[in-house]
Amino acid sequence: MKFKELCVLALDTDTVRRIARLARIRVPDDELPTLADELSRIMDWIEQLNAVDTSNIEPMTSVADIRLPQREDKVSDGNAPEKVLANAPDRQGNFFAVPKVVE
Amino acid sequence: MSELTRLTIAEARDALAAKKFTAEELAGAHIKAMEATRDLNAFVTETPEIAIERAKESDARRAKGNVAGGMDGIPTAVKDLFCTEGVQTTASSHILEGFIPTYESTVSMNLRKAGSVMLGKTNMDEFAMGSANITSYFGPVKNPWKLNDGKDRVPGGSSGGSAAAVAARAAMCATGSDTGGSIRQPAAFCGLVGLKPTYGRCSRWGMVAFASSLDQAGPMTRSVRDSAIMLQAMVSYDPKDSTMANEPIPDFEAALKGNIKGLKIGIPKEYRIDGMSKETETLWQIGIDWLKAAGAEPVEVSLPHTKDALATYYIVAPAEASSNLQRYDGVRYGLRVDADDLTDMYEKTRAAGFGREVRRRIMIGTYVLSAGYYDAYYVKAQKVRALIAREFAEAFKKADVLLTPTAPFPAFALGEKMDDPLQMYINDVFTVPASLAGLPAMSVPAGLSADGLPLGLHLIGKPFDEETLLRTSLAIEQAANFTTLPQLLRAGS
Repeated sequence: MKFKELCVLALDTDTVRRIARLARIRVPDDELPTLADELSRIMDWIEQLNAVDTSNIEPMTSVADIRLPQREDKVSDGNAPEKVLANAPDRQGNFFAVPKVVE
Repeated sequence: MSELTRLTIAEARDALAAKKFTAEELAGAHIKAMEATRDLNAFVTETPEIAIERAKESDARRAKGNVAGGMDGIPTAVKDLFCTEGVQTTASSHILEGFIPTYESTVSMNLRKAGSVMLGKTNMDEFAMGSANITSYFGPVKNPWKLNDGKDRVPGGSSGGSAAAVAARAAMCATGSDTGGSIRQPAAFCGLVGLKPTYGRCSRWGMVAFASSLDQAGPMTRSVRDSAIMLQAMVSYDPKDSTMANEPIPDFEAALKGNIKGLKIGIPKEYRIDGMSKETETLWQIGIDWLKAAGAEPVEVSLPHTKDALATYYIVAPAEASSNLQRYDGVRYGLRVDADDLTDMYEKTRAAGFGREVRRRIMIGTYVLSAGYYDAYYVKAQKVRALIAREFAEAFKKADVLLTPTAPFPAFALGEKMDDPLQMYINDVFTVPASLAGLPAMSVPAGLSADGLPLGLHLIGKPFDEETLLRTSLAIEQAANFTTLPQLLRAGS
C-alpha cells in the first residue's frame, strides 16, 4: 500500500530541500529542480523492489554469521591529544574549536 | 629496467631470493615506471622516498637471512582509502585533501610488516562511489588499454588507479577495496586478477568507510598466484574490527596445488541478462568449456532475485554511506568552510567538500532512512538482501563455485555513460549480488573483445572458501593464457 503511494510521488523540490537539510549539505535553490529530477529517477528505479514478495522474510542485519565479540572493559589506548588533534582545522589548547554554539 | 617491472610477484620473490637483483633496484625500476606513466593519473600521492627506504630495509633483512615472507621487497601501490601513517589519505575527496593520518590501517600495516614496499597512494572514485574512476576530485584515471580511435578508456572503478598502475607495470600489485564490485570490475577492465575476499576476512580498521556491511579489502595482481601471495599478507584477525570472523587462515598459495576434477561449477541462469555484449556471452561459454576440460562439472543453478540486487544495493549502500559520511563536518579533520554558526559551517563544508555523485548518494541514503520511509525502503531492501543471500546458500548446495562474467561489457570510453547514473550502475550487475551476500569472488582475465579490450570471468565462492576460488581461477588462467600487454606497453609506444 505504502509503496503504491510512493510510486506516484516523485521527489519534489521541497522534499529535496528537506533531505539536503537533514544531510547538512547546502543546495542552492536553482539546483533543486535538477537534483529532484535525478533523485526521482533513481527512486523510481528502486521501486522495482515493490514487486518482490518478502512476506515472512526477516531483514538481514548482519552479513557474517558471528556474535559480536566483547573485550575486557579496560583502557587499551588513548592519552594522545597531539595525534587526535593533528588534523584539526582549528584548535584551542587540547580542544577542537568551532563557531560559537551557545549565546 | 622494464624487465624488472614485467615480473610477477612470484617471479620477483624467487629472483630476490636468488640475489639476481636487490629490492632497491626493483623499487627504483618501479619508481621510474610510475613517473613515466603519470599521464594515466593513477596515483594521488607518490611516495618514492618511502619506497626506497623500505626497499633498503628489505635488502638489509635479506642480507641477515630474516626475510619477512613472499611480499618482502615487492613494490606495492595502496588505494588512497587505506589510512597510511604520515602519508596523505584522501579517498579522492576534496573534503579529505591534506588529511595525514597518525595511524596505519590494519591491512596496510600487515603489508608493511610483510616487507612490501609502498610506491604511493592510488586514485579512485570519490569515497569509492563509482564504476569508472570519473568521480575523483583529482581527475579521472586513464586505462593503459587503448584502441586506435584516439579515445581514452576508463579503468573501471572504484579501484581504478590501483588497476591502471598494476596494468601499466608501474606497480607489481595494489590493494583495492570492493563494496559492490570495485576490485573485480576494474580488474576485468584492465586485464588483471582481482579478488574480493569473504566479508570479515580482511580487517576494515583504518579504511575510509563507504558501506560498512559491504566494504572489503583485497589484492589486485597480474596472476592468480600473486593474488594468493598478496592476500596472505593482507589477512589477520583484528579485534579492532568487530565484524571480523575469527576463522582459521589457510595457506592460500598451497591451495593452488590441487586440481578441480569433479568440482561442481554452478552457472546461474538468471545472469543471462539483456544488455550483455555478445562477446561477453561467448566468453562465458568458453569459460565453462575450459573448466569442463579441466575435469569440473558444470551445473545450472538458479538465483531468481539477481535482477533485484542492484536496486537493493542502491538502498543499502547509500544508507550506510549517509551514516558513515556524517563524520565529515569540518570539525576534526579535513576541509572546513568557515561560517558564523555551526549548522552553516556543516552545510557549506559538506557542499564544497563532496562531489556530485557523493552528494547524490548521501541524499538517497538520508531519504531512505528518514522517518516515514525507513520501513518502505531500507527494511524492504534488507529483506530482499536476506532473500538473495538465501538463494546463494541454496545454490551452493548444488555447486562448489559459481562462474559468471565480471562485467556486461568491456571498458568504455571516457565521457560515455556519464550523464545517467543508472547507466553507470549496470556495470556492477554481476558483482553486486555476491557483495550483498558477503561471499568471496574474483575476476580473472580471460580474453579480449573483438576490438582488443580485456574481458574477465567472475567466480563466486562459498564463505571463507577462497581456496577453491583461487584453484578454479588458476584453471581459467592456464586455459586462457592471457599474455597480451596493454597497448601502452607494446613496442614503439
